[in-house]
Amino acid sequence: MIRFDYQRPDATAEAVAAGRGEHAAYLAGGTNLVDLMKENVARPLQVVDINRLPLKAIEARENGGLRLGALASNADTAYHEEVQARYPLLASAILAGASPQLRNAATNGGNLNQRTRCYYFYDTDTPCNKRNPGEGCGAIGGVNRIHAILGASDQCIATHPSDMCVALAALEAEVQVSGPDGDRTIPFADYHRLPGDEPWRDNTLRPGELVTAIDLPAEGFASNCTYLKLRDRLSYAFALVSVAVAMKLEDGEIAEARVALGGVAHKPWRVPEAEQLLRGERPGEDAFRAVAEALLKGAVGQGENDFKIGLARRAIVRALAQAAAGTPQSQTDKRIA
Amino acid sequence: MNEAVTLDRAAGQRVAADPIATLPLTLTINGEPRQLEVAPWTSLLDLLRDKLDLTGSKKGCDHGQCGACTVLIDGKRMNSCLKLAVTLDGCEVTTIEGLGQPDNLHPLQAAFVEHDAFQCGYCTPGQICSAQGLINEGHAKTRDEVREQMSGNLCRCGAYPNIADAVLEVLGTEKKA
Repeated sequence: MIRFDYQRPDATAEAVAAGRGEHAAYLAGGTNLVDLMKENVARPLQVVDINRLPLKAIEARENGGLRLGALASNADTAYHEEVQARYPLLASAILAGASPQLRNAATNGGNLNQRTRCYYFYDTDTPCNKRNPGEGCGAIGGVNRIHAILGASDQCIATHPSDMCVALAALEAEVQVSGPDGDRTIPFADYHRLPGDEPWRDNTLRPGELVTAIDLPAEGFASNCTYLKLRDRLSYAFALVSVAVAMKLEDGEIAEARVALGGVAHKPWRVPEAEQLLRGERPGEDAFRAVAEALLKGAVGQGENDFKIGLARRAIVRALAQAAAGTPQSQTDKRIA
Repeated sequence: MNEAVTLDRAAGQRVAADPIATLPLTLTINGEPRQLEVAPWTSLLDLLRDKLDLTGSKKGCDHGQCGACTVLIDGKRMNSCLKLAVTLDGCEVTTIEGLGQPDNLHPLQAAFVEHDAFQCGYCTPGQICSAQGLINEGHAKTRDEVREQMSGNLCRCGAYPNIADAVLEVLGTEKKA
């Protein structure tokens, strides 16, 4: 691991002042950053430990929503009474991810800021445009079973591995950040980005900006939602494809539906036009299939991951059916609902 | 590569390193307060094993993927390989050495013996610390829930059914067969 300066500020303003350097990194739970530092993929010269900042609270907002502190752990968030009751989609997605040990250590801000990545990003003996801009991409034409089918570029086909973020995309959360130029709010859809020709940029944070909270809107779609995660083993593996559905039914018709995909792109994948197709429709397989086609428009396989397109199509239909039926949420029950 | 560098804040450049600095760290380890000096890049796992001779916690993958290094930090199970020790100033750490002793086994240790829940034993300290974390959390009651909630601990000998038996016995939520 690289040698670095270590600071442990107590206040957010102090942290932001310390974190503005080009080679600075904020450290929270460490579950991704420390791992990347061990591999010499992340090489910060200055580590700003933010664990002392007062950003752990989960509290009600005046508009009826809920504010998730950036330093609340993933586990404390998933098991929080309000999250369980009002945002079961988020609780389910968090509990689908990683392991209990990692969810105890990992924070909400850190979940957003874990790197969009693949095994070539970790392997410093292979080329990676995300790690070393301009070096090339080992995954294109290489081993790419886990890689993106949507929104990739000729420079990077990595996927964002978070489950939590797929739910946050569907819930249309907002990200509160604090930086050298003050505070601002980033809509979740604009937080992560596609690789384009700058694959080293995973998100739209400006230099030195720090996530302080994630705000959930008042509407949590608690009655009709689902997080369906498909992976190579039943637990503790990244999604090959995951689907978050948040739906509102009125008199048997779909008043609103949101569908976000995980494991398929550099960021959680949503297509508003595809979701619009369901407005006023009665739940049914034909309507759901049309949504799947629209969501996957333009999907391209890389060879080994071609199967993801068909898998995603069926997963979308199944997740929509589960959400419409109000299927209870459990990441423990591995049977096909 | 252990490149020794430090930051010249004004220039943001890599410059020659000062002698490796250590920082004071206070931890309560298995109930005993310890005043330590550690370099900031030391993981909790390396501190336990290399400096404190608490070698029960194992370094399996060193990447948070296998769970062999699981310890309890303020009662919560975490992968000690992914924690920089300096970030834990003031915390209470419990390792397998703090749960039981050879002549006074922790109930989980006794249950692992009784249910033949290990072969090589390498993953066992992490399994037991993780199981204690599971019990502290209180979210798992059924066999399926125990299996899901123990998924962060790999056992390459494949003792999973017996590990679930042992954990369920201590949980006391399932009758013995």
